[in-house]
Amino acid sequence: MTGPGHADAGPGTPLFEARDIVKKFGEFAANQDVGLVIQPGEKHALLGENGAGKSTLVKMMYGVMQPTSGEFFWNGARTVIHKPAEARDLGIGMVFQHFSVFDALTVVENIALALAPEPMKALSQRIEQVSESYGLAIDPRRAVHTLSVGEKQRVEIIRCLLQHPKLLIMDEPTSVLTPQETRVLFETLDKLAAEGCSILYISHKLEEVKALCDAATILRLGRVVAHCDPKAETARSMAEMMVGDEIAWVEKEGAAAETGPVRLMVDRLNLPAASEFGISLIDLSLEVRGGEVVGIAGVAGEGQSELMEALTGEVLSDRAEVILIDGEAMGRVGPTPRRLAGAAFVPEERNGHAAVGELTLPGNIILAHHAAEQVATRSWIDFGKADGWAKRVREAFDVRAGAENPTAGSLSGGNLQKFIVGREILREPGVLVVSQPTWGVDAGAAAVIRRALIDLAGRGSAVLVISQDLEEIFSICDKIAVIHHGRLSREHPAAEMTPEKVGLLMGGAHPEASEIPAGEVA
Amino acid sequence: MIVLEPRSQPSRILAVLSPVIAIGLTLLAGGILMALMGKPPLEALWIYFFQPFGELWMWITLPEGEREMWLYIPSEVIVKAIPLALIGAGLAVCFRANVWNIGAAGQYTMGAIIGGWFALSAPEGVSGIWLAPYLIAGVLGGMAWAAIPAFLRVRFNANEILVSLMLTYVAGYLLDWLVRGPFKDPLGFGFPQSEDFQDAFIMPVLVEGTRLHLGVVLAIIATVALWVMMGRTMKGFEVRVIGAAPRAGAFAGFSRDRTIWFVLLLSGGLAGLAGAIEVSATVQQLQPQISAEYGFVAIIVAFLGRLNPLGALFGAVILAISYIGGENAQILLKLPKAVTGVFQGMLLFFLLGCDTLIRYRIRLMRPTRG
Repeated sequence: MTGPGHADAGPGTPLFEARDIVKKFGEFAANQDVGLVIQPGEKHALLGENGAGKSTLVKMMYGVMQPTSGEFFWNGARTVIHKPAEARDLGIGMVFQHFSVFDALTVVENIALALAPEPMKALSQRIEQVSESYGLAIDPRRAVHTLSVGEKQRVEIIRCLLQHPKLLIMDEPTSVLTPQETRVLFETLDKLAAEGCSILYISHKLEEVKALCDAATILRLGRVVAHCDPKAETARSMAEMMVGDEIAWVEKEGAAAETGPVRLMVDRLNLPAASEFGISLIDLSLEVRGGEVVGIAGVAGEGQSELMEALTGEVLSDRAEVILIDGEAMGRVGPTPRRLAGAAFVPEERNGHAAVGELTLPGNIILAHHAAEQVATRSWIDFGKADGWAKRVREAFDVRAGAENPTAGSLSGGNLQKFIVGREILREPGVLVVSQPTWGVDAGAAAVIRRALIDLAGRGSAVLVISQDLEEIFSICDKIAVIHHGRLSREHPAAEMTPEKVGLLMGGAHPEASEIPAGEVA
Repeated sequence: MIVLEPRSQPSRILAVLSPVIAIGLTLLAGGILMALMGKPPLEALWIYFFQPFGELWMWITLPEGEREMWLYIPSEVIVKAIPLALIGAGLAVCFRANVWNIGAAGQYTMGAIIGGWFALSAPEGVSGIWLAPYLIAGVLGGMAWAAIPAFLRVRFNANEILVSLMLTYVAGYLLDWLVRGPFKDPLGFGFPQSEDFQDAFIMPVLVEGTRLHLGVVLAIIATVALWVMMGRTMKGFEVRVIGAAPRAGAFAGFSRDRTIWFVLLLSGGLAGLAGAIEVSATVQQLQPQISAEYGFVAIIVAFLGRLNPLGALFGAVILAISYIGGENAQILLKLPKAVTGVFQGMLLFFLLGCDTLIRYRIRLMRPTRG
């Protein structure tokens, strides 16, 4: 809905323009002289590594925060967006990376919360209309907690579309989708763009951007480094613009040469969901041999965190023999005995699970190594030993920090992840379980971490990687299994798998079926 | 427009400075309050907060022989600080674990009741060694009372703030009933009070002519021990990790339930000890009024001491001074006793407000209008 002050400008005027946008947090400039031009009906990609300033720019466009200096133009008229409601009135809609939906409510109730009051029945009809015309199948009466992640995203998109946006901002929309769901999403976006709605597509997945977008703006360290046509570029050339450097592509050399004995075995793990909205693990079995990297693929929220907690020992299994670490039955003991048996763990969430943000780095060494590496006796802490460990990890993994004795929370995501992975790898564990090893980490740190995982397996350890990043799974794993609704498919040698096949399993093709029907793959 | 901007690192300077700023703001607001009540603000504040200090200073500077007559004020400050330090140090540990024991007053009362029951039922003419089991009975009383919120929290996830707070009133009424019923002194002319404790159950006085008693030694031992525990031992580390990030605690292999039990029993036991010490040292019998409000004031003590057990010692002295100052003000300015509570409340209010500055900085921003 265009307000009275925003007369439509003539042809050739961009729909949206940002000029010389600066956003400072204290001394730190998250955005410096950023310019962005979006034409009507254009599918425009905003590319950049984590921390490049993409989210900051978008939050300012949506009125969540204000620029320190610089100007926005809407249809050629200078405009200030004080709050999200004003952005919505202009015609800007946004689908966030982390969905803001209430699990306990139905689809229509969730959508009603965002709109002006209207009868539920009328709204349900409008939802059905929109969902039909854009191929976003959804039943308005369903409770949101019964929806898959992809369906939840549809709810968010429909909520935006009902407000007739002229510009739709999508923040990393495909990180939670299977390749098949992604294709459906792209069809919807193509249709929207054909009707004249502009799309600002934020991503770091370059192949997708090449497939979808007709213009791109690349950010690095808060500055615009390039405007380009993604169709005319290669993924590699855009990646180098993002990183500003030649990239070390980490690839596993050939197939695993010789694998050793089974070092981690899970035998029919059954775990009821901890809460109403959780996922139950059902008959989940896997084995990882020394010398190999096994990957577990899957979209978010299919039971990965439940599996991780069962493996670390934060949640106990019903039988001791469910989890064997180097042959020892560990299903009924907590994390400390499992670590003493030679296992190490890197959970997905850095801050608050794998590390405590308020503690210094030596403090975070104590967290994981108090018993396993005798950084403490039963009662007393050996601070000298903890300091020594922290120093070794920082040197071996090039962990950089601003302060002399930084708290974990003050490190950048990539540096903290290097510290956490390094903390576990320097133990030379026999079994390493790592979830989302490079989630939200810059390309340089990701390469270091992936290299270290491959090398650890090369020294005879068993490495289990749980990841939503298919590219990562394919680049480092010898075998791939897929988790869906708390069930795990059997492991397939990576060489026999393609992203399409994995995608089918991620979408729930029967994991019990030993062969994947090749005919269904387009 | 005033904007709170997150700092990249919590400010260590402000973590120390925040209580000082809070005390300053309390004095300022207190002065305004006094002026509104028609009292000369500067004089009132002087009487409240500086006179007790002044007399303390005077005592130190006096020649050896003349000190005794001036011993009263400083010894009274310390006597008041003893229960506050004991409870405050325990609460500091408890709050660090993100467990909010608001019912120390009830645990204090139960410590006094169980200790008192032991003292009143002991045979006549026992030796001084019986003081030890008396104090232990107090600790057990406090622990038992704190075990109720601990159990309900761990078993049913019941909010420990509400449970512990409500139990304070239960303990208060239990004491009231006991001194009017089973524990009532038959020769007490019907007053709601027990018999006096026999000599063995009275805290030994350390300095002749004052009420300064053995409790001060126990308070110092307890606060120093807890300080060492929090800084150097795995137990303290566990408490801090569980409080800061429970999931990281689980990842480290620490049991959250055990930590909840531990901190509640610890703070409850210390509150119970404080209760047993206090009735034995001051009123020397059970009666309805045993200064159980120390249990609430100790919350301020814990925060003033930066949730550091050793800091609680400092916080206890400050709050004790506000009590003495309040008594002075009642006499000299005819101010109601409630003003002391107002001052203590303001102190906590400003303290929690100033603590925001540790993590955030204040920025004045010109609103950008288009």
